[in-house]
Amino acid sequence: MSKERQPGMTLIVKTVTRLTVGLILLYGIYVVTHGHLTPGGGFAGGVVIALSLVHLMLAFGGDVAFKTLSKSGAAVLEAIGALLFVGIAIIGFGWAGFFFNFLPKGTPFDLFSAGIIPLCNIAISLKVGAGLFSVVIAIVFLRVAGSERE
Amino acid sequence: MFILIVLLGLMIMGALVAVEAKNLLSAVIAIGTAGLGLSIAFLLLKAPDVAITQLVVEIMAVVILIRATIRQGLPSSPMDSRPLGVVIALGFVAVLFLAAIPVLESIPEFGDPVMRVSRSYVDGTWRLSGSTNVVASVILDYRAYDTLGEATVLFTAVVGVLAVTRLSGRREQKDGAQEAEQGAGR
Amino acid sequence: MAVYVLCLVLFCVGIYAILSKRNLIKIIIGLIVAEHAVNLFFILVAYRIGGRAPIFEPPPVSIEPMVDPLPHALVLTAIVIGIATTAFMVALAMRIYEKYGTYDIARIRELRG
Repeated sequence: MSKERQPGMTLIVKTVTRLTVGLILLYGIYVVTHGHLTPGGGFAGGVVIALSLVHLMLAFGGDVAFKTLSKSGAAVLEAIGALLFVGIAIIGFGWAGFFFNFLPKGTPFDLFSAGIIPLCNIAISLKVGAGLFSVVIAIVFLRVAGSERE
Repeated sequence: MFILIVLLGLMIMGALVAVEAKNLLSAVIAIGTAGLGLSIAFLLLKAPDVAITQLVVEIMAVVILIRATIRQGLPSSPMDSRPLGVVIALGFVAVLFLAAIPVLESIPEFGDPVMRVSRSYVDGTWRLSGSTNVVASVILDYRAYDTLGEATVLFTAVVGVLAVTRLSGRREQKDGAQEAEQGAGR
Repeated sequence: MAVYVLCLVLFCVGIYAILSKRNLIKIIIGLIVAEHAVNLFFILVAYRIGGRAPIFEPPPVSIEPMVDPLPHALVLTAIVIGIATTAFMVALAMRIYEKYGTYDIARIRELRG
């Protein structure tokens, strides 16, 4: 990405990134876990989580981001998300059928309510976040090992 | 709805700049303005879930597209369209536009949706799913098959990207894979 | 009606870019514009004048009138599918650039031989 010897961007960008990336990740987790009460949900929260890691990667270069979440780690997380989602759907067969909402509904406006919807939100966010993060790192580092170094 | 019309005009201008700009990087930036305008339009149309998703997804799309356009040796003046191609494209677009106008007149008036199916979703969402966000209860409870199919498409796209951008693998294997792909396409 | 027509104009801009441009990135941009127009059309159909967002409030606050939540759910999935397919198209375009050294589809056809 950058033509400097030092990987990543300037000191200003790095300092600001160090301050904000945790807040972005926290906001993504908030959007995911409150997806059944407020706007947001698994898709938006997953993309926010992926974007926080992409932010880290763009500011510090690839090595720091890979230390946080490696490519195989992203693949494992995506597989866990997919299996969790399908697993929740299959457990519903024990009651009525595929994707049956088998957990107690709880009282509305509580964080722990709405049965399987928060669990599905977490599964979807894992899947979307890890999948899009691996897509972005695959595209951004496409030519690193190629003939021409950029 | 005056502000919505202004916003739509801004989006159309951004899209035109993106389509006609000489420099690919400015085209990508212009498509970013169109997408962010779309996010504000969703917010004005009372769709906050879609607005948040569109906002973050647009940022990611711009990051990916900028990576594709920043490289050395890219010609600064891109190839011109052939005049005949432009004429044919404009003719097709004109026919499409004129054919779509009667269709737009036949659908319900703006601001008065037909809520035949979603009425039952709205009425049952407290009792049946316990969620207070109706959109979340629709995508993850009533219509979870949609989300399952979406997850399948996303998984396929991720596997496709990782297969296309794969670094390891010998040359012969790559050629063999290409031949197999062409054979499958035939 | 005017809003629908503007949305259609946006769609036509995207289709025009797909049909007339020779640059692969421009074709991808046209697809993105057309996709934006389709998503916007769904949300426009769902809108109710004076309606509220489809999120419940504690009981004393009335929820009606409400915009139609079903197209919102459909568009939510369509947006994520859109970013995934866009990423796939960009990856293919970059591979093509690496192999042929150009984004011009006419020259790619010549070079293929």
